[in-house]
Amino acid sequence: MNRILAVLHKEFLQMRRDRMTLALVFMLPLVQLLLFGYAIQTEVRHISTVVFDQSLSAESRDLLQSFSASGYFDINYTAGSYDEVSRMIDSGRAKVGIIIPPDFSRSVKRGEPAQAQVIVDASDNMVANQAVAIANSIGLIKSQEILTRLKNIGGPPYDIRVRPWYNPDGITAYYMVPAILGIIVTMTMVIMTSMGIVRERERGTLEQLIVTPVKSYELMIGKILPYIALGYVQITVALLVGVIVFGVPVRGSLVELYLLTLFFITASLGVGIFISNIAKTQMQAFQMSFFFMLPSILLSGFMFPRDAMPRLIYFISNLIPLTYYLDIIRGIVLKGIGFQYLVGQVASLLVFSVVLLVMSVIKFKKKVA
Amino acid sequence: MEEYVVTTDKLTKVFGNFTAVDSLTMNIRRGEIYGFLGPNGAGKSTAIRMLCGILEPTSGSGRVLDYDLVREPEKIKQKIGYMSQKFSLYDDLTVRENLNFYAGLYGVNGTLRKTRVQAMVDMAGLRGRENELTANLSGGWKQRLALGCAIISKPSIIFLDEPTSGVSPTSRRLFFNIIRKLAGEGAAILVTTHFMDEAEYCDNIAFISAGRLMAVDTPDNLKRSVIEGCLVEAELPDAIDWINKIEALPYVKECSVHGPVLHVLLEHEQNIALLAEFTGAAIKRVTPSLEDVFIALARKTRSGN
Repeated sequence: MNRILAVLHKEFLQMRRDRMTLALVFMLPLVQLLLFGYAIQTEVRHISTVVFDQSLSAESRDLLQSFSASGYFDINYTAGSYDEVSRMIDSGRAKVGIIIPPDFSRSVKRGEPAQAQVIVDASDNMVANQAVAIANSIGLIKSQEILTRLKNIGGPPYDIRVRPWYNPDGITAYYMVPAILGIIVTMTMVIMTSMGIVRERERGTLEQLIVTPVKSYELMIGKILPYIALGYVQITVALLVGVIVFGVPVRGSLVELYLLTLFFITASLGVGIFISNIAKTQMQAFQMSFFFMLPSILLSGFMFPRDAMPRLIYFISNLIPLTYYLDIIRGIVLKGIGFQYLVGQVASLLVFSVVLLVMSVIKFKKKVA
Repeated sequence: MEEYVVTTDKLTKVFGNFTAVDSLTMNIRRGEIYGFLGPNGAGKSTAIRMLCGILEPTSGSGRVLDYDLVREPEKIKQKIGYMSQKFSLYDDLTVRENLNFYAGLYGVNGTLRKTRVQAMVDMAGLRGRENELTANLSGGWKQRLALGCAIISKPSIIFLDEPTSGVSPTSRRLFFNIIRKLAGEGAAILVTTHFMDEAEYCDNIAFISAGRLMAVDTPDNLKRSVIEGCLVEAELPDAIDWINKIEALPYVKECSVHGPVLHVLLEHEQNIALLAEFTGAAIKRVTPSLEDVFIALARKTRSGN
């Protein structure tokens, strides 16, 4: 016990002296959240649009009005020819082109299908998907309006009402902020702890430690505990930014969030300590951390929905602690659910932590002998 | 009855197909300074690591303070101090913090810790600099602080693996004064070194080469027993050019350069006149130094292989 305290005290002292790293620990959540919270908007609004209206009628104006009223399309340019539309889209000034043929108004009046063409710059997938979906639904809604008016019926035959739960307004920051929080924590924990033992090996202090009566588990515990504290400090900073700056609602229990976060921190530390045990130099440790971080960010469901992943990749994403933590933090913060719905995720993180830490202690012993 | 604190019996360590330590049998008494002498890669550090219980021997056995090397390494660790040539200190901790950390690891607590830390600060000559970062200390102080950390728990055996590499001659002398004092207080000290003047401080010297123990004795006995023949000094200009010519003489056993002069080992005292005639230089009989012993032993190893 005293030996653990000695290691603990030493780690805290070293941490305190390392001003640069400490500053990074505080600044990372602040800067990253502010940066990504604002920058990452998967919902595309105000798409620059060019219009070539050959009909110039009340009907065409009505349709265009619907497009701009949706808030997704900003009609910035009007073109006088098809070629001009092409040029606008080629040059990137417009992402969407709406072309209304001369007989548009007449067709509407006759009750024939009135065609309008919407050209979408699909070189940007995200914008294209959204523009296509919204253009289609505007077309449907307008058609229904006209149908209802003509046939004189009370409303459309189907009336499907969609209710987006937990984030009805589709505010990106609500689900991005908790996820970024997870990424920041796992990044800091893995990188900082991966340096922990390797640094001592490089400096030659590890050899000295091995000769002292300190047991390898005592050394591990003493090295890990300060980082757990650090992880909690980071989460607190990140949550404060999320709530104050982005107005993210915390619907579930904070106590539960902090308790379940422990498992994620220990799993991340486990990865870091394990890297530290197999790497020979700090450079190697850093590269290995990086090798671990990239799939964590890309495959955990932070960037792309896991449901869309091929089977093999989906399986790999099960081996990433962040995958489970995203469920936990989004679940508690946005959905307001509790432990009873997150047992599987917590159990997975617990398995990660135990396996990695036990492997590290064993591996460390072997190095000694 | 002799009171041995370290005994080994045919201690051997093999890495792959390289035998680092080959059947090492040795005994160390309490209160003695036991020197490990030998060229680089001779297996000195490997032997020390086995004795500290951090490296398992391939075969053979050993006891340190009556604990078995293989079965009870953790008990050994409680009772020994170890210091390597790297001066394993934490640069980002202060002098006092380093000492406190190791005191904590060895279970030196409470008032005992206070007195021990203060004693180590005084021993290292760091009084008044307790709160200075270790990074700012120069070689000699770092070395003595590292020693302080290694012996904070007052171990009865101290292992020093090339403790004086990279420090000034003054610091080396200061360091060995401390070592002798510790031995005087009853600690057994096992020290490896390259420096012959340091070897002179040892009560016993074990000469190791290619993993094997070549000779163990007091420095004086080694000088007498290892050097067979008559050692003379020849003052010659262009000493290097003479070596081959002199070595070719039938009555010359060895010839080596010692600073500006040549040391020549002759078969008999009577050969002095012959050598003087051959070289035309003044030939003087000298008492062998440990360096001569070292060279003679190293040569024996080479010809033995």
